[in-house]
Amino acid sequence: MKRELVKYLLLVAAAVSMPYFFSDGYMMNVLVFVGINTMLAVALNLLLGFAGQISLGHAGFFGLGAYISGVLTATHQVNPWLAMLIAAIAVSFLAFLIGFPILKLKGHYLAMATLGLGIIIYIVFNEAVDITGGPSGLSGIPNLALGSLVFDNDVKNYCLVWTFTIVTILLAVNLAHSRIGRALRAIHDSEVAARVMGVNVRLLKVQIFALSAFISAVAGSLYAHVMTFAAPASFGFHFSVELVTMVIIGGLGSIYGSLFGATLLTLLPELLRTFQDYDIIIYGLILILVTMFMPGGLVQGIPSLLGALLPKKKEGRG
Amino acid sequence: MLAIQGITQVFGGLTALDDVTFTINRNDITGVIGPNGAGKTTLFNIISGIYTPTTGTISLDGRNITKFPPERLAAFGMVRTFQNIELFGQMTVLENVMVGLHTKSRCGIISCAFKMPWHLHEERRIRETAHTWLRFCGIDELADTTAANLPFGKGRLLEIARALALEPQIIFMDEPAAGLNSRETMGLADLIRKIRDRGITVVLVEHDMELVMDVCDRILVLNLGKKLAEGTPREIQENPAVIAAYLGEG
Ligand SMILES: Nc1ncnc2c1ncn2[C@@H]1O[C@H](COP(=O)(O)OP(=O)(O)O)[C@@H](O)[C@H]1O
Ligand SMILES: [Mg+2]
Repeated sequence: MKRELVKYLLLVAAAVSMPYFFSDGYMMNVLVFVGINTMLAVALNLLLGFAGQISLGHAGFFGLGAYISGVLTATHQVNPWLAMLIAAIAVSFLAFLIGFPILKLKGHYLAMATLGLGIIIYIVFNEAVDITGGPSGLSGIPNLALGSLVFDNDVKNYCLVWTFTIVTILLAVNLAHSRIGRALRAIHDSEVAARVMGVNVRLLKVQIFALSAFISAVAGSLYAHVMTFAAPASFGFHFSVELVTMVIIGGLGSIYGSLFGATLLTLLPELLRTFQDYDIIIYGLILILVTMFMPGGLVQGIPSLLGALLPKKKEGRG
Repeated sequence: MLAIQGITQVFGGLTALDDVTFTINRNDITGVIGPNGAGKTTLFNIISGIYTPTTGTISLDGRNITKFPPERLAAFGMVRTFQNIELFGQMTVLENVMVGLHTKSRCGIISCAFKMPWHLHEERRIRETAHTWLRFCGIDELADTTAANLPFGKGRLLEIARALALEPQIIFMDEPAAGLNSRETMGLADLIRKIRDRGITVVLVEHDMELVMDVCDRILVLNLGKKLAEGTPREIQENPAVIAAYLGEG
């Protein structure tokens, strides 16, 4: 428990100090996306890393959060905070309803079903032109504001998004170290034994699916109000796959792993810009190397790499 | 307390259990024996709600529980262990038992995520109770070991500790002595008696005849899915049909 507190305080300290290191807007802007992607990766990790249930449709929940919040505020002048809340509740309710039939499926079948769900949502974004603006997107989404403080530049957006990110991480870590977190990991290891121990596996899977969708929708709403714009291209199948990659690269079942995974996959394309045409090859190579040599993800791989380099230092699990 | 009535289970063309009727008495240690493939595990799977039988009923103190899923039976105090150990391999020994206390705790997603005071209190109680059960089974010193790394015999004990954490009224153990050495088996016999002395009804499937004859009050013999005999260990040892079946098997 002490270790958890230390890790968390380190994270908060790092997050608070970022604006002092990077005074230019560009890096702050990138870090806004690191924050949003971290929330999404943590949300997906609760489902994938803890309960062991795949979803290839999370970009859809993310997009629904963005569009519901966007349409309510841009078209219907609803207060942005209220819109965020409505979006999150609506999306998690939808996930709850869909969860019952869909989460009966296992493995590849669940992957296919959630993939289909994501694709349907994506098609709706494109086709419901009257509501969403179709492929050209929805513009004129207002920024969030607290009284006279309007979150309208990169540094303010950074503070806004990372407040949410840090709270999400705290809640997820708490959940991971509770009877719910244990029940989820139990489902992952032996579903039948979890049931015999009295865990209502079916309900818990659906609840965690809904929670995961809730967090994703909040991230989507933040995204919409930060960008003041939403277009279907950001919520396609490839982004769902990217989220799964973040969770796996970071470390399945580790909340901080998701932070590392999201950070790496968001920063990497930016850092590799200097390599121009070769960036995508180097990006792919790094992913392959990490999965080959760090099977537990960055969160286990980096400490053991450091351990190998500094053989004296004692190692603990991340 | 538990009445098994006319249970038949058909898998495709294979009749794994054929019209089995049997009653388990409260606070007895009951043994279920029979050659491999006799249908013992299938019977446990049906009683524990993992399978629904093709025909027949199971009732607990007069209540029909045939169609209850395992998680519901857990709330009624029915629990089991598995022939092919089903531990939560990536979790520690202590955490495994803490999952066994799932029905003994209430906090939901929200109070866990926000670390409500009652959640912290409950968490402390779960942890302490889990240690108590580990001590009861004599594996408390392994509390922080990852379950997948346990030696086989300790894994069997952990399955029992985890099941006891539910404070069941009846526990079903599927071949708890399989893979144990003779010293471990003797320890197991003591543990089984200790469990019964806590007022828990014990039902076990076992191949180790010495253990069965030693600890059991009553025995059910299955052969090819049919009930071959039932009675006290002495009656079973002298039953000609049982002797024939066992000698026949070689
Ligand atoms: N899920 C299943 N599907 C098909 N056949 C099964 C299944 N479970 C058990 N059987 C068959 O039922 C018979 C009894 O098996 P089992 O109950 O495991 O025997 P025992 O535990 O007495 O050794 C075996 O022939 C086995 O192959
Ligand atoms: Mg068996």
